[in-house]
Amino acid sequence: MNSVFKSTALAAMIGLSAPAAASLAYVSNEKDNSISVIDTGSMEVVETIDVGQRPRGILLSKDHSKLYICASDDDIVQVMDLASRRIIDTLPSGEDPEQFSLHPNNRHLYIANEDDAIVTVVDVDTKDVLAQIDVGVEPEGMAVSPDGKWAVNTSETSSMLHWIDTTDFEIKKNIVVGQRPRHVEFSRDSKIAWASAEIGGTVHVIDVDSLEEIKQLTFSIRGVHPDKVQPVGIELTSDGKYAFVALGPANHVAVVDAQTYEVLDYLLVGSRVWQLDLNRDESQLYTTNGVSGDVSVIDVEDLKVIKSIKVGRYPWGVVIDPNS
Amino acid sequence: MRATIRFLLPILLAIMLGLFLSSGAQGAGLTVQIGYIQWSPDQGPVLSNVTPEPEDAGLRGAELAIDDNNTTGKFLGQSFSLDSVIAGSEEQAMAALERQLAAGIDLFVLRVPAATLTQLADRAGENALLFNAGARDNALRTQDCRPQLLHAIPSYAMLTDGLAQWLNQRRWKQLMMITGPTEADLQWADSFRRASQRFGLELVADKPWTFDADLRRTASRELPLFTQSDDDYDAVVVADVRGDFGEYVPFNTWLPRPVVGTQGMTPKAWHRVVESWGAAQLQNRFRDLADRHMSSEDYAAWAAVRSVGAAVTQLNSAEAAQIRDFLFSDNFQLAAFKGRKLSYRRWNGQLRQPIPLVHPRGLVAKAPIEGFLHPRTEMDTLGFDEPESQCRIN
Repeated sequence: MNSVFKSTALAAMIGLSAPAAASLAYVSNEKDNSISVIDTGSMEVVETIDVGQRPRGILLSKDHSKLYICASDDDIVQVMDLASRRIIDTLPSGEDPEQFSLHPNNRHLYIANEDDAIVTVVDVDTKDVLAQIDVGVEPEGMAVSPDGKWAVNTSETSSMLHWIDTTDFEIKKNIVVGQRPRHVEFSRDSKIAWASAEIGGTVHVIDVDSLEEIKQLTFSIRGVHPDKVQPVGIELTSDGKYAFVALGPANHVAVVDAQTYEVLDYLLVGSRVWQLDLNRDESQLYTTNGVSGDVSVIDVEDLKVIKSIKVGRYPWGVVIDPNS
Repeated sequence: MRATIRFLLPILLAIMLGLFLSSGAQGAGLTVQIGYIQWSPDQGPVLSNVTPEPEDAGLRGAELAIDDNNTTGKFLGQSFSLDSVIAGSEEQAMAALERQLAAGIDLFVLRVPAATLTQLADRAGENALLFNAGARDNALRTQDCRPQLLHAIPSYAMLTDGLAQWLNQRRWKQLMMITGPTEADLQWADSFRRASQRFGLELVADKPWTFDADLRRTASRELPLFTQSDDDYDAVVVADVRGDFGEYVPFNTWLPRPVVGTQGMTPKAWHRVVESWGAAQLQNRFRDLADRHMSSEDYAAWAAVRSVGAAVTQLNSAEAAQIRDFLFSDNFQLAAFKGRKLSYRRWNGQLRQPIPLVHPRGLVAKAPIEGFLHPRTEMDTLGFDEPESQCRIN
């Protein structure tokens, strides 16, 4: 009787969650050593999973079966199997991994080692360290171009973008940008790279063919002191329409026309907004708000904040699994 | 993994060599030498000698910033070095300056008392650029300024203004102050009196410290009586800069009240509990280098050398006059782990910066406290604003 009830309940639960069929968002909570799992359909936290110490950067494998987690204070990258939601493996990462990026070949993981001024390249299949590349002080942002040609690292205290050739792991160009560059995002066609400078208050648009800056964006929000406008995360829509820029303690996300570079709007979100991710059909944008400990959900069509979801302490990164 | 790294080492070296070669194309290698001179007069014996100040406070911060500058500089063909001297007397400090000037150095970081500082600055002359990483005296920011002298360390006024803003916000406005006998204690207390007027606080009792007994034996007996007052107070403010008796005030007050000031909860340029805004990384780098926590002097010296580094990165020049111009321009912004870009005040060369309020194991708040407004930047609510200073060094 009991077991019949259980299986019925289980079926009911599956039945309930199935129609939602919405994808899941994963949020790393830097000061809770956990990952919050959000059902993007109901916009509720459905599970909180314990992970390593000080989880920051997170990303999905290209087949969306695994979540890679920078456990900064454990000096490792953890690998979570998304079907079972268990940590199944760890990768060598070098010291204090903060952000990382996976090459389109689904094997080469580029990891910024913040305390060591190094970028480590790990083969996720063999766990071999393929290269350790000297970069500037406090490497942070890490992005690999969608065509797989470039890996770009930002070094915060050196205020540079280091352009690493993925064929020989050599730095081919260093571009000095505003103070404390945090994040790089490539356009889908790999032609344009966007880089945020937190203390500089700027976003630098780089033409990838010439490796020259073609535009510098600044932001101005009524009633917010310019010093508090500190760009961090950047997310681009694949149709080339919008760039969203998280402005940190200004507590706003800037909406930028990705063609004209004009700032269209500022959307009020939670306190100290850090990172961003779009869902599969790009109808919603999720933001992590470090100080207020929540995630804001933005409706992309209306450019309105529609919900805030309480997660763990100091949510850092967010990725939405398009397949789940 | 280690074997792989070892195997890769030659490749890495080749990569680095390639970098140096390619950086050559960006211009001739630029060498930047900075002089560091430290002299701290003996503070005299103190009752509370449990945690002595590190003797190389300041020096190790400058060394860390040199490392940071070099990690950046290697991509641009720039190399930085420090010529450092810990002097045993004012004469030795002056002799060190003479030697460094003769060697062609014109960028300096100094951790010396105010009187020595102005002497060294005058001797170095207006073609040099000097950074103060130790003297908090207000007079250096209000009347005794030098065009060639910038202040990376906050003044007493910046510290006490930060504390007073916080007390105002907590509405702990009735205060008892206890002031030690040294010149620095009196300066700190004067600073706090000014702050209490600016931010609406009232000193219901203002008492000099006169006891000369050893409080380790008798703190619990002496301090309750000493802090007895006809008027109620919300907090006790201690002005004991060298840390003589102040550590014995908390928990020994007549009324059950918090202790703030130079002990208890204190306003600081820097402290090990600061970890936001990437500060954890700076703290880690410093501990790796020095095997101890980073002090305010270390932070100030770090900020000074990093200011030079940020300027040289942009200018590709180590010329003192050019660096000075750049530091006072709108293009200069120092990312210094305090959540705001830092810059130098045009009238007196003070590095404007937020002030953390800390207790030994935690961060309480960070001034400027929200709500204290200023037309230029809220950081200018701390210390001497332009109309309050007679200095016009630009």
